[in-house]
Amino acid sequence: MADTLTAAGERTAEPAAHAARIDHVSKAFGRPGARQLVLDDITLDVRPGEFVCLLGASGCGKSTLLNLVAGLDEPSAGEIGTPGGRPALMFQEHALFPWLTAGKNIELTLRLRGVPREQRRAEAERLLELVRLGGAHGKRVHELSGGMRQRVALARALAQDSQLLLMDEPFAALDAITRDVLHDELTRIWSETDLSVLFVTHNVREAVRLAQRVVLMSSRPGRIAREWTIDIPQPRRIEDAAVADLSVEITEELRGEIRRHGQH
Amino acid sequence: MASTETSAQDAVPLRKSGAGDGGDGQQQDDRHDLSGLEAGLDALETVQVRRAPVWELLVKRVLPPLSAIVLVLVVWQLAVWGGVADPTKLPSPHAVGKALADRWNEGDLFSIIWTSVERGLLGFLAALAIGTPLGLLVARVPFVRAAIGPILSGLQSLPSVAWVPAAVIWLGINDSAMYAVILLGAVPSIANGLVSGIDQVPPLYLRAGRTIGATGLRGAWYILLPAALPGYVAGLKQGWAFSWRSLMAAELIASSPDLGVGLGRYLENMREGSDMAGVFLGILLILFVGIAIDQIIFSPLERWVLRSRGLTAGSRR
Repeated sequence: MADTLTAAGERTAEPAAHAARIDHVSKAFGRPGARQLVLDDITLDVRPGEFVCLLGASGCGKSTLLNLVAGLDEPSAGEIGTPGGRPALMFQEHALFPWLTAGKNIELTLRLRGVPREQRRAEAERLLELVRLGGAHGKRVHELSGGMRQRVALARALAQDSQLLLMDEPFAALDAITRDVLHDELTRIWSETDLSVLFVTHNVREAVRLAQRVVLMSSRPGRIAREWTIDIPQPRRIEDAAVADLSVEITEELRGEIRRHGQH
Repeated sequence: MASTETSAQDAVPLRKSGAGDGGDGQQQDDRHDLSGLEAGLDALETVQVRRAPVWELLVKRVLPPLSAIVLVLVVWQLAVWGGVADPTKLPSPHAVGKALADRWNEGDLFSIIWTSVERGLLGFLAALAIGTPLGLLVARVPFVRAAIGPILSGLQSLPSVAWVPAAVIWLGINDSAMYAVILLGAVPSIANGLVSGIDQVPPLYLRAGRTIGATGLRGAWYILLPAALPGYVAGLKQGWAFSWRSLMAAELIASSPDLGVGLGRYLENMREGSDMAGVFLGILLILFVGIAIDQIIFSPLERWVLRSRGLTAGSRR
């Protein structure tokens, strides 16, 4: 399936056909006897350079799946492969360390990655420029607005130099205007780099605005219900008619999934 | 796998936008527009932090405590003039001032203060060196926490003066006994401060740390300890207060030429001589040193830690 993609063909250094491979993965929580199945036999590949949105209602296990891919938890069954090394992860909360400045937050990631001291400062400046926060190096986290914090968090995630970026509803807590701007920003950065993105959200329009592929999950247990390939050219706008039309279609599907739970 | 479908007529090859599809001019405009929009948002949402001018700091920080001191002195003097108690029980501020001048003229004022302060600070540093690793162990090793956690908390409520008789019997009436009493007073505070600091670290920081590769010792050094700093500093502050209190109690109780004259000993000497002005001076000096060390070392440290994290409610007073 990867051979249909030109995005994959643009990569020369990385021979792997996927940035993440989720292979028949299940996850159950709880004690034996009272186990609750959260994820049921999920199979999903993220191709190199691809932008995939995982969409689902609350309780569909999309964040659990993301944690598994991030290596923060182990699947109960199945396998997960990330050939590009440990993926970068962005949370809904910015999760920046308040005892460090914006720049030092990024430099800490570089340091843990083994970047030599004399290169860290310049690299942090470059990443801040990339998220258009040049000059914010010395700013404390509490001095930044919500949108700026998420951009620093994005820069910190990029500092891991991972080929896969996992995002767990990173813009859910932002106001609509800021979120819109960050969508543009993320699309720009994604298109300028060879990053693959696996983006979790419950916001249908956000998924259609951003993704090349939207994967809809059903809830309890989480299964892949359906997926859409989106070929509306980027940069899209959240208010584009094509985005709206597809959002209506996906929303209907999502509502159908949710309704099924009310029936028993 | 679930069905894949495309929303448009036929599958347009997926490619990242802006990869030379002729729309560069348009893209450039969009970007310019976006960066301007972003700059506007940033400017609107950023809070300007104003630095207060010096005179305002003076009015806010220095004036209130100064007024309080003046008020106490006035009430004290009024009580003396009103004859509330006879002069052997209530010396006048002037008499206490004269006792201070006497010590100054004798030349032993600073040696008395320094004898105690040196002991207190050295004892505190030793307590720091012991309490910190102990706190780390209790916080991070469940067995150690279950074993000595409750004892460590309980020790905080045991006045360390209670250790003086034991320390004197074990170690003799000397500096070692003094240090032992200081340690027993301050180590539990420092260790408990670190434990509660670590307990209050938001799990999100630890998760974020793990995703960037801060695990094990590196996680402790780069994430856990800095994140626990506010609780730790609060523990240090309390640890100093306990050190100083314990030391004064120990100096009052234990008497030996080996110990030299510190503030506690001076206070006890004055009591033996029924010199009430000297007793008052002793009490005031002990209070003064305790406040001074806190104001010079611990309060600025705490303010800096809190302010750099945007936790300014505590430093506004």
